[in-house]
Amino acid sequence: MSSILIRNGHLIDPAAGLDAPKDILLKDGRVAEIAGPGKIKPGNGVGSDVQVLDATGLTVAPGLIDIHVHLREPGQAHKETIATGTAAAAAGGFTAVAAMPNTNPVNDSPEITRWMLSPDRGACVRVYPIGAATRGSKGEQINDFAALKAAGAVAVTDDGHPILKDNIMRETLASAARVGLSVIQHAEDTRMTQGASMNAGPMAFKLGLRGMPAEAESGLVERDIRLVTELKDSRVHLHVAHTSTAAAVAAVRKARRNGLRVTCEVAPHHFLLTQEHVGLYNTNAKMNPPLRSAADRDAMIEGILDGVVDAIATDHAPHAVHEKEVEFEHAPNGITGLETALGLCLRWLHKEWKLPLGRVLSLLSAQPAALLGLKGRGTLAVGSFADVVVFDPKAEWTYHAKETRSKAHNTPFDGWTMQGKVRWTISEGRIAYAATTPQ
Amino acid sequence: MNATSSPPARRQIQTPQPPTSSFPYNPGSLLSVMDLDLPAISQLLARAAALESQDPLTRDRILLKRRIALLFYESSTRTRTSFELAAKSLGADTTLVSSLSSSIEKGETLKDTGLTLRALGAEAIIIRHNSSGAPWLLEQETRLPILNAGDGMHEHPTQALLDLRTILTHLDLSSKTVIPSEARAASAAEGSAVSSSTLSGVTVTIVGDILHSRVARSNMLLLPRLGARVILCGPTQLLPDSAANAGPGISVERDFEAALRQSQVVMMLRIQAERLAGLQIDLGQYKDAYQLTGQRLAAHAPKALVMHPGPIIRGLELTAGVADGPQSAILEQVRHGVAIRMAVVERALTAQPKEGRA
Repeated sequence: MSSILIRNGHLIDPAAGLDAPKDILLKDGRVAEIAGPGKIKPGNGVGSDVQVLDATGLTVAPGLIDIHVHLREPGQAHKETIATGTAAAAAGGFTAVAAMPNTNPVNDSPEITRWMLSPDRGACVRVYPIGAATRGSKGEQINDFAALKAAGAVAVTDDGHPILKDNIMRETLASAARVGLSVIQHAEDTRMTQGASMNAGPMAFKLGLRGMPAEAESGLVERDIRLVTELKDSRVHLHVAHTSTAAAVAAVRKARRNGLRVTCEVAPHHFLLTQEHVGLYNTNAKMNPPLRSAADRDAMIEGILDGVVDAIATDHAPHAVHEKEVEFEHAPNGITGLETALGLCLRWLHKEWKLPLGRVLSLLSAQPAALLGLKGRGTLAVGSFADVVVFDPKAEWTYHAKETRSKAHNTPFDGWTMQGKVRWTISEGRIAYAATTPQ
Repeated sequence: MNATSSPPARRQIQTPQPPTSSFPYNPGSLLSVMDLDLPAISQLLARAAALESQDPLTRDRILLKRRIALLFYESSTRTRTSFELAAKSLGADTTLVSSLSSSIEKGETLKDTGLTLRALGAEAIIIRHNSSGAPWLLEQETRLPILNAGDGMHEHPTQALLDLRTILTHLDLSSKTVIPSEARAASAAEGSAVSSSTLSGVTVTIVGDILHSRVARSNMLLLPRLGARVILCGPTQLLPDSAANAGPGISVERDFEAALRQSQVVMMLRIQAERLAGLQIDLGQYKDAYQLTGQRLAAHAPKALVMHPGPIIRGLELTAGVADGPQSAILEQVRHGVAIRMAVVERALTAQPKEGRA
């Protein structure tokens, strides 16, 4: 395998507390050496086959990690494939993505998990399947978590079919803890959201749409935290997916103060947009959880700034164009997110709201890696995987959905100004994405 | 700048602003009552009056042989018939496509049905749909003039316009009161331009199933712009508190009789059983609290105008005696529907693009 030497860049590795001009040598899929600019010479084991990337003026950071994506395979290849979804990931600076199990069939078995991980899928960055918590995600019968883990699953969830029954959720948390897996809950009490297609409130009333109350999210988060408390087992890890309400963030904050292992993620659209962005039935602003009130959105920003939020995750949810060109209440939930996450985080979290660059990158790499226990990821420490993103932190650019590498175009961020342009994404020592040379 | 004496300003957080709407794309469309400014409303009312009194033999030259499609995904008596009569009165050819006898049954999407109608030569589409927002989708995909004949729980703009016309024909301009009797100060307000104070001093109470009512939404957005006060009245299940935030001039009153005492106009609504989605309503309790009876009317609003968009369920939201009584304007509303829809259909096919718009 060839080597890559990235020269003259500014290296930021939040996990190692590194923020300095450094050269970095990648060899055999691993980080081989880090040294001051110009210090890595061909004599140091760098052969003639070394590819040199000039990162002058660029930031070199651990490849980004998205712990919440929908790659749609198996079963819905018209929306996205593992190959196209991971190509979009690479273009967005991501080197690892965790794929939700709401595929068709549901990923509730080692066979499907292994099928997703097969080289035949053509993934261009690392895929981590997340297994279904219950058989067919029906919330009744708990899967064999040890077998799922052995096949490569890194967590369990029923995602869009949240586990409502207390006893099933309790058993899921306990069983997952025994094999060292996290339980991810899409917190939505679906008994309160039947037929609803946006956030409950004045906007839903005005548009004549049925609304999902914030309590449907926060109530289930509180229930789950109660179950974690009752289990009294420090191995139990509850991760709240795509937190969208102030009350849910408050519940997580309180659980953490009480010493519980409860974590949460926030999606860029939930810290940027509100229910007002639904406008006049824009189906590209329809997702679940829905865009909430301005107060909820502000609580997401506050949670990120004060550290209660552990990760930024996109909930990348591709759909075919024709599936979104329908009546709002019939449109499927979800938007794409892999290509816009870094640009939005730098434009808003960093530039506008002054979150230090290292912390932004940590939320997008080191913290999600730690959260799911992804060994050797989310850091550039010598010996870890050669997962690297090289980007121009100052570059402003405009996102055009039609140029996406995803199969899908369903994004509310088409035409938005982004900051931070990815130049190279390197996955396990291989260039997975290279921007066309700027003119 | 003196930085020492003043405390540090609380940091204002900048956040992305919602995009501005590009609807309606077609100047002839009527998707929402909010598409119309006051001059446009005045113009429609004036045209309604003029068209209504015009000789039918010259009126049918206005849109002679123009093609208008009626696309109905829900059953309808009043709206469909009056739109059809209105279009035909102006000489247009109409064709009805209903969801139960078309390719919609075979799974054709709204977009494809709209494009098909356009390809067939439809110059405007009148749509009634069970999903809120459907007319916006249809306009976006076809760019034709789209007339919203009721979308889900959202809006029914022509109903609000005909309700406005009904109220105006009963409005005594000098005293600013609504007079229910036929011997009114004959349509003093009718045909004259409306302003933001035309209905000042007039309180309109909308009663019943507000949550599921597109008629309520269109009226609560339209009438306050002419100065009226709108009171929404009903049980919490059918009227969330947040309804008061839908726009200016709207308030919520749970006590029907208290609302009646303030009202010059009472609009009764049907409970929309087809949209209750599992909601359980105790009809006995509902009638006790919200049925408009002759006794209630006489005791609390003996001079109010009683309106109802139909269909009425006699013995539920109002008694037969009230529906047929001297204060009722229910059938008059239906008559105004044809006149208003003539004006709206005419506008659909003759409107000029506003300046600065493509």
